[in-house]
Amino acid sequence: MTMTTYRSEAPPARDGFGQLLRAEWTKFRTVRGWVIGLVAAALVIVLIGLFGAAASNFSCAGPEGRSCAASTPPVGPDGEPVNDRFYLAHQSLSGDGSITARLTSLTTVSSSDNQKTEPEPWTKAGIIIKESTTPGSAYAALAVTGGHGVRMQHNYTGDIAGTVSTKPSWLRLTRSGDTITGHESTDGTDWHLVGTVSLPGLPSTVRAGLFAASPHHEVITESFVSTSATSYPTLATAEFDRIDLQGTWPDTGWTGDSIGDRAGGGPGGGAEPPVGFDETGDGVTVSGAGNIAPIVAGRGGLGKTIESSLVGAFAGLIAVIVVAATFMTSEYRRGLIRTSLAASPRRGRVLAAKAVVIGAVTFVTGLAAAVIAVPLVGAVERDKGHFMFPVPTATEVRVVVGTAALLAVAAVFSLAVGTVLRRSAGAVTVVIVAIVLPYILAIASVLPSGPSDWLLRVTPAAAFAVQQSVPEYAQVTASYAPADGYFPLTPLAGFAVLCGYTALALGVATFVLRRRDA
Amino acid sequence: MEATIEVTGLRKRFGPTVALDGMTFTVTPGKVTGFVGPNGAGKSTTMRAILGLDSVDAGHALVGGRPYRTLRHPLRQVGSLLDAGALQPARTGRNHLLWLAHSQGLGARRVDEVVGQVGLASAIRRRAGSYSLGMRQRLGIAAALLGDPPVLVLDEPVNGMDPEGIRWMRGFLRSLAAEGRAVLVSSHLMSELQDTADHVVIVGRGKVIADVSVADLIESASGDRITLLTTARTQAMTVLAHAGATVAVTGADTLTVSGLSGERVVAVLGENAVPFSEVSAHRASLEEAYMELTRDAVEFHAAVAEEAAR
Ligand SMILES: Nc1ncnc2c1ncn2[C@@H]1O[C@H](COP(=O)(O)OP(=O)(O)OP(=O)(O)O)[C@@H](O)[C@H]1O
Ligand SMILES: [Mg+2]
Repeated sequence: MTMTTYRSEAPPARDGFGQLLRAEWTKFRTVRGWVIGLVAAALVIVLIGLFGAAASNFSCAGPEGRSCAASTPPVGPDGEPVNDRFYLAHQSLSGDGSITARLTSLTTVSSSDNQKTEPEPWTKAGIIIKESTTPGSAYAALAVTGGHGVRMQHNYTGDIAGTVSTKPSWLRLTRSGDTITGHESTDGTDWHLVGTVSLPGLPSTVRAGLFAASPHHEVITESFVSTSATSYPTLATAEFDRIDLQGTWPDTGWTGDSIGDRAGGGPGGGAEPPVGFDETGDGVTVSGAGNIAPIVAGRGGLGKTIESSLVGAFAGLIAVIVVAATFMTSEYRRGLIRTSLAASPRRGRVLAAKAVVIGAVTFVTGLAAAVIAVPLVGAVERDKGHFMFPVPTATEVRVVVGTAALLAVAAVFSLAVGTVLRRSAGAVTVVIVAIVLPYILAIASVLPSGPSDWLLRVTPAAAFAVQQSVPEYAQVTASYAPADGYFPLTPLAGFAVLCGYTALALGVATFVLRRRDA
Repeated sequence: MEATIEVTGLRKRFGPTVALDGMTFTVTPGKVTGFVGPNGAGKSTTMRAILGLDSVDAGHALVGGRPYRTLRHPLRQVGSLLDAGALQPARTGRNHLLWLAHSQGLGARRVDEVVGQVGLASAIRRRAGSYSLGMRQRLGIAAALLGDPPVLVLDEPVNGMDPEGIRWMRGFLRSLAAEGRAVLVSSHLMSELQDTADHVVIVGRGKVIADVSVADLIESASGDRITLLTTARTQAMTVLAHAGATVAVTGADTLTVSGLSGERVVAVLGENAVPFSEVSAHRASLEEAYMELTRDAVEFHAAVAEEAAR
C-alpha cells in the first residue's frame, strides 16, 4: 500500500517578528494578574504623589509670631524663584553711561557673635545696574567675591568669571541700550573685559550704585541616617573709593536701600546684622546681608519641583518589576517555555518579543501615570502654599517621558534577570536590590551624600537622574545631594547606566536561553 | 514537506545518567507509531530532542528532512504535546490556543475549529487551572492540531484519561494517521497501544530494542504454539508429553502446546481417545509480546553490566 503524505490546506503565511510580538501581547493581556499589576503600578505612582503633597505641612514663624507661610519668593526675569536681598547705595542713571569704583576691602562678620569671620565664598560686593529696586527685577553686577574672584553676574542665573582676585580691585559697568559691559582692572589704567550681557527691555532710567551681600553661613553635618544643619546670617562690609560716574546722573547723592527686606527685618528674627552705608571723603562704605541668586531646591525649601509629584515612581517600579519577572518565570514554573520554544525555535527572538511587549506596555503605563500625577500633585502642592520651580517645557517632557522610559527599561531588565534565574522570587529580589534599594538609600537621607552619590553612579538606580528638573548653580552654595533632588550624573548618563545593565542582562539571558535545554 | 521523523544515533547524558544511547528509528506517514518503553527509557528525552528543545551530545533528529529548529512555522509542520500540564492556570484554554495561533500567523477561526475537533467547546472559556487532566490532554491535542501539521509527536496523550476518553483518543489518532499524517505516540504501557498503533518502536535504556509492525510482532511472539481446550487436562498432558511436546497450563481448561503441529496434536489426542473441544493456533497479546522482548533486553543489559564491572 502506498500512502500519500498529508498536505495541509492552511494558506502559507509569512514568518515575521510581528507574529511573535502579537503572540506575546496575547499572552500578556490574557493573564488578568499582570494587567492588574500594571494598573496598580500606575495608581500607586499617582496616589503616593498625592499623599505626599497632602501630608506635607510647613510652619514657619516670622518675627513677632507672624507666619511666613504662603510667602512666595520674588521671581526673576526668566520666571525662576530668586533671592534678591542685599544693601544698595544707588542713584538713578538716565540713558547710556557708566559707573566705575575701586573696592579696597571686603570683610565679613558673623551675626551670631559679631566676630569677624572669613567671607563666605559667595559673599559679594561691587557695582550694579538694576531695572528698579523691586526684588526680582533685572540687573547686571560686577562684584568682588569672598572666594571666587571678580564675577560678572546678571539676572540671577548668569555668572561670568573675571581674572582679578587681588585687592584693591577696579570695577566698571557701562550701559549702552540693553547691553551692559563689565571691565576689571588692578590699577585703574589697564582695563580688561570681563563680559557683555544683554538685559532685554531695560528701561531708559535705571538704578545704579554700590552693593554688598553675604549669604548665610551653613554647616551641614551628615552621619548615617541623620543630617543636621546649622545656619546663621553674615554681614559683608565693602569699602569703595575713586567713584566715577559718566552720563546723566540726575540725583545729587546716594540713597540707601535694604533691597528685598520685609518690613521690620528679614526672617530668622533676632539679631539681624546692621546694614547701611556711609560716605567718607571720596569713598563709600556699604554693609549688607543676603544674596542675589536663584533659589535652589532642596530638603528644607518651600519650593516644589515637578519630580516631587513623581516620588511614587519607586513604588510603581516594584510592581512593574514583579509583573515583568513573572512574565518570564511563569513560563518556567509549569514548563510552558517548551510550548513557547516549540512554537518559535529561534529563542533569541522569543526573548526579544517578550522584551518589546513588556517594555511597551510598561512605558504606556508609566507615561499615563506621570501625565496624570504631575499636574494633579502640582495643583495640590500649590494649594498648600508651596511654590513650584518653573521648568522649560522640554525639561518637563524629559522628566515625564524619562520616568516612563525608566520604568520600561527596568521592566526589560527584570525580564532578563527572570530568564537567567527562572524563579520569580530570586529575580524580583535581585532587581529590587539593584534599582529600588540604592535609590531609597540615597534619596531618603539614610546614607551621607558621598556614598549616595556613588550608589547613584554605579547602580542601575542612576537612571532616576532623568527626574532631576532643576540645575545646580555654581554660584550658589547649597547641599546638592541626592536627598535634595540632585543626581551625580546627567539625565542621559544616568539613564545610560540602566540601559547598560539591561543590555548586559539581556545578553546573558539570550546566551543561557540558547544554550540551556528547555 | 515529507511527513517523516528520522532519528539517528541520538546520545545524551544528564550528568551520570545516560538518557539516550544511540537512539535510531524512523516514523513514516499514514501510520500511528507507538513509542514504548519502561519508565526512564528515554522516550520523553527523544521527543524533546526531535522538537529542538534539548540538545544532544551526538546524532541528529530530522523532521521532513530538516532539523526542527530551522522550521519557520514549526506548528504547521509538527504538532506536539509533551506535557498537558504546561499551562498558565490563569489563562483560559481558548486564550492559550489563541497566542499559539498568533505565533504561527493563524487566527481565532482556526482556534474554534480545533476546539470543536477535540470536543472542548463547552469548557474552552474557563481558566485552564480549573481543567481536569483529561480536559488538559484534549486542550494539548487541540494545540498540536492548530497548524494542521502532517507530523504529530504526542507524549503519553492518554495518561489520566477515563476509558471513554481513551477510546476517543484511539479513534482520533487512527483517523489522523488515515489522513496521511505521521503520528508518534509514546506510552509506557503496551496495552494502551493495542488497537491503535500500526507500528511500534520499543525502547529500553536509551536505545531501540525492536522496531516492528504490530502484525509481525504478534506473529513472532505467538511462535508455533497451539492452544488446546480440554476437560481432561491431566490425560492430555501425559499423552502429548509422550509424543514429544512441551505443555504448559495456562488456564483451568486451557493448555499451551509447543513442539507439535496442530495436525499431530489432533492425531495424538484421537489415538488416545482424549476428549477436547478446541485446538487453535496460539495468538499472543501485544502485552505478552512486549514482556517477552523487554525481558530479553533486561537480561542483555544485566550481562553487559556484569562485563563492565569486571
Ligand atoms: N532534565 C533531566 N535532568 C536529569 N535527568 C534527566 C532529565 N530528563 C530526563 N532525565 C533522565 O533521563 C532518563 C530518560 O528519561 P525520560 O524522561 O526520557 O524517560 P521516559 O521514557 O520518558 O520515561 P517515562 O515513561 O517515565 O515518562 C531518565 O533516567 C531520567 O531520569
Ligand atoms: Mg516520559
